[in-house]
Amino acid sequence: MTAVYEPEHGPAPAHDLASFPPPGHAPAPIAAESYAPPAAHQPTPPPAYLPPAAYAVPPQQAYGATADYPLTAPAPEEPVASQRGGTLEARNISAWFGSNKVLERVSLTMPANTVTALIGPSGCGKSTFLRILNRMHELVGSAQLNGEVLLDGQDIYASGHRITTTRNRIGMVFQKPNPFPAMSIADNVTAGLKLTGTKIGRSQREELIETSLTRAGLWKEVKDRLKEPGSALSGGQQQRLCIARSLAVNPEVLLMDEPCSALDPTSTRRVEETIHEIKDQVTIVIVTHNMQQAARVSQQCAFFLAELGTPGLIVEAGDTEQIFNDPIDPRTFDYVNGRFG
Amino acid sequence: MTAVLEPEEKIDTPSPTVVEDKPRSIDPALPRVDRVFHFSAMTIGLSVFVIMGAIGVFLGSKSIPTFERYGWSFFTESQWLPEQDKIGISAVLLGTFTVALVALSIAFPLAFTTALYISEYAPTWLKNPLVSLVDLMAAVPSIIWGLWGFFLIEPDAIHLAHWIHTHLGFLPFFQVDTDPDAAQWAPSRYAASAFIAGIAVAMMVLPMAAAIMRQVFAAAPLGEREAAIGLGATRWGVVRSVVLPFGRGGIIGGTMLAMGRALGETIAVVLIISPAFDIKFRPLEVGTETVSALIAGRFGEATSAQLSALLTAGFVLFIITLVINTLAAMIVTRSRSGAQTD
Repeated sequence: MTAVYEPEHGPAPAHDLASFPPPGHAPAPIAAESYAPPAAHQPTPPPAYLPPAAYAVPPQQAYGATADYPLTAPAPEEPVASQRGGTLEARNISAWFGSNKVLERVSLTMPANTVTALIGPSGCGKSTFLRILNRMHELVGSAQLNGEVLLDGQDIYASGHRITTTRNRIGMVFQKPNPFPAMSIADNVTAGLKLTGTKIGRSQREELIETSLTRAGLWKEVKDRLKEPGSALSGGQQQRLCIARSLAVNPEVLLMDEPCSALDPTSTRRVEETIHEIKDQVTIVIVTHNMQQAARVSQQCAFFLAELGTPGLIVEAGDTEQIFNDPIDPRTFDYVNGRFG
Repeated sequence: MTAVLEPEEKIDTPSPTVVEDKPRSIDPALPRVDRVFHFSAMTIGLSVFVIMGAIGVFLGSKSIPTFERYGWSFFTESQWLPEQDKIGISAVLLGTFTVALVALSIAFPLAFTTALYISEYAPTWLKNPLVSLVDLMAAVPSIIWGLWGFFLIEPDAIHLAHWIHTHLGFLPFFQVDTDPDAAQWAPSRYAASAFIAGIAVAMMVLPMAAAIMRQVFAAAPLGEREAAIGLGATRWGVVRSVVLPFGRGGIIGGTMLAMGRALGETIAVVLIISPAFDIKFRPLEVGTETVSALIAGRFGEATSAQLSALLTAGFVLFIITLVINTLAAMIVTRSRSGAQTD
């Protein structure tokens, strides 16, 4: 395949990627264009991924140094347009399981290309809220809801909005890593395309696998074992594989439901790095019980609370810095300072 | 994930006396109630093996005279003519497998789609009624299925068999020894066949196959289902990527268990088929014989030598079904349905 492909299109991009461009290297425009990628496909590494050298940077530095990104990121000619995240807006969301109301009139705007953290004690409806955002809530038989969820201004619950398309545009990473155990690592990455019936050429597929795994910060660890089953990886690697799988379908929003609660600290750090690296291309909403994590990864924060016998609601939402340092509501102050929950 | 803690060997024992370091025996110290229950449950459980073993030993011992007399020709001879001292089960075994294969090729697609519909597609309110309905099929006595096959199915199945013969007769196993295009085609050539018996047997093995498959499908891990759904998969996508890979062992095992049952079905087969001892694989054609139908048909008038021959045939069937069921059970338990993911 590749051999036939090369002479036609000049330098084989797959080869380019395999040898990893050095920092600052901008891929030849012809390589990017010759792909004429279908909208869902991203031919070259995304701007924000870290080249190998940068992996060695301690996380604190990598996190703080937003100014460093332009250094490592390729020039702005990159076709980033298809990678923009979408704005998600929840309006007056109420939710029920049977007759038990678990959320009451929750409204929250999750702006494009920011990380929004949902924090709050267990059972306050964070996860329910998250699952409402990509229509996973209704999988439970007795689940009902009211309100609207707007993705770039359009209600995903409007009739005529195909549910599979919605879930395709709004990806989800779950608490427990759930790669498809019968599939190889490579097949896991492209599972989303297969499931939605998206056809893709072999070289494009290889490229997509590498790009997605690179974005999820897993490529270096698995590039020599792509044929092994996904279940052969460690828990943290499996979770990053799940992130790569979600990214491969190029979602506008990525929902993460406590993605690190089953992981050890090192894996947690890697996932957080991944979040930092992809947040320029996708809107992220993350549920977490870990205050430090919320403070580290998010720009915006919403504090959920369900007081005894009442449905959950958002007590306070705003800039992460403000929520953590200068909250308005005393309950928020108590929670972020570990007084309860 | 959670590291298995090694036994802590480093802890220094305070006493300096050197004792041999070997695993000590630990008294389980069960209360009396537990010990009584343990013993009685074990006894009853083991009695199942004893009964199974006794059946095998009994049949085996009764078979010895037949094997001594006929040797390998018992397996190669096709005729069953005790009067002429010609006895063999090759045609009967072939007929047994023919009926079972017909039954499976009808029951498998029905059971598979039924199980898939119930576990993946049916709305919640419809699931339980459908499960009960399928289980109810298993409660219908086999004599009823036999009558059903004989009176309701056969008159129409003859036409179906004729149609298959007319259009697919070029395939050797759809051959029937008559002219399908004759102005007056012979319905009797299509009656009392393995095909019609197979239909009745299929109805009997379907519930079991469907139940096993449904349980395995329903056990497909929720995490993987949600992963697929979260990627935008259709229901069929979930089935293809999660449910079927997970349930493969159950599909194969359930089918083989159904096969084990189909091989032994007796009364419905006796009602429908007309005995014939030909070595031929022509399910549509009149006449066949199965081991269990042979035993049921000849048991009453058998002399002691003939009885030994019939029991030998039963012994062979017993061994075959035992092997098939054991294999099926191994496939079901070794498949991912039990292990790997929790």
